[in-house]
Amino acid sequence: MVMKVHGGVASTATMRVFATLYEKNLEFEFVPVDLRAGEHKKEPFLALNPFGQVPAFEDGDLKLFESRAITGYIAHAYADKGTPLVCEGKPMATVGVWMEVEAHQFDTLASKLQWELVYKPMFGMAMDAAVVEENEPKLAKVLDVYEARLSQSKYLGCDCFTLADLHHLPTLTNLMGTPLKKLFDARPKVSAWVADIMARPAWAKVLAMRSQK
Amino acid sequence: MAAPVKVYGPPLSTAVSRVLACLLEKDVEFQLVPVNMANGEHKKPEYLKIQPFGQVPAFQDESIAIFESRAICRYICEKHADKGNKNLYSTNPLVKASIEQWLEAEGQTYNPPSSALVFQLAFAPRMNIKQDEESIKLNDQKLSKVLDIYDQRLESSRFLAGDEFTLADLSHLPNTHYLVTVGNRGEAFSSRKNVDRWWNEISSRDSWKKVVEMQKSK
Repeated sequence: MVMKVHGGVASTATMRVFATLYEKNLEFEFVPVDLRAGEHKKEPFLALNPFGQVPAFEDGDLKLFESRAITGYIAHAYADKGTPLVCEGKPMATVGVWMEVEAHQFDTLASKLQWELVYKPMFGMAMDAAVVEENEPKLAKVLDVYEARLSQSKYLGCDCFTLADLHHLPTLTNLMGTPLKKLFDARPKVSAWVADIMARPAWAKVLAMRSQK
Repeated sequence: MAAPVKVYGPPLSTAVSRVLACLLEKDVEFQLVPVNMANGEHKKPEYLKIQPFGQVPAFQDESIAIFESRAICRYICEKHADKGNKNLYSTNPLVKASIEQWLEAEGQTYNPPSSALVFQLAFAPRMNIKQDEESIKLNDQKLSKVLDIYDQRLESSRFLAGDEFTLADLSHLPNTHYLVTVGNRGEAFSSRKNVDRWWNEISSRDSWKKVVEMQKSK
């Protein structure tokens, strides 16, 4: 039975899961969820994720929600397929640290900025300049830490591309299409890392799903 | 025998207490290293070497220095899989997937409103910061919706990830403790039958009682 991903092609959280599956060359069935119609807030979707959010995931009898739990499951369960996205032993501890950094330091700020600069314009809503003004310098400080880290390590978690890097891709790609691109460009190590991870073939496949729809 | 591991930061910090609870569950000896946050020690160059974001906790053992409380907890559980509570972070992949799902739910969905409330209700008054009534109202509403979902889940499951107390439940202890004590939000938990049962069970664990004692003495 093929793995299933329930979600949206433009949902950053769903894209995290797609990226992982493409990196590992794994077959999967994409089950679109009509977010505009609020399908994710109703049954039967709520049986897959009671929080009413995408993505939801199935692998045989296993059902999971939370994109980072899903990617972690895939990376370990299919460790021998495609790109190794996690490590064994001691390096995994540091990969684990930077996975938490993405989830708590980067994504919190990046999501707020993404909402103002990418989604609100899409929905014809007015941007709240105060939110951008407040969070842009905070993101800049986080990126200073990234710059220092990437001066010591090729990728965030270790010297290989792992989930710690991959998890950034959806929101990062969105921000790179806004004036905040300058924050990333201004930091040489960060800029090189961004270019490197965004150029991965698996990521191109995820983006191609949006044009296919 | 290895030297005790080091945890940097005050037990009053929710993130520090998360790590302490985990170490106690796993019977791993530790040394608490004070960080004088009132004096801004956590923002100074010496400390930034071990936690570049200037936050607590930081952690060291004989082989590694790491940060981020949930990453520290996972590391402790993996490294000491055979010690203490073996069910805390199961090595069975399917069980672990469920634990990770609820640990992520805690970090992504429970933590934002609960930590905002903890700051407003427990810490802001102590720091002579004016409470943000709007924020309190908004986050009370968000927390309420999350607890409805938890109550539904806990109807059919003793703990969040299944039949055993795991890292997923543990991760909720720090914020919830403040909410139901100094935060006066006990009713949000006690009014929901299954959440009430779950909270009473997890907060009565010896490990958590020890952490609460440590918080009182600092």
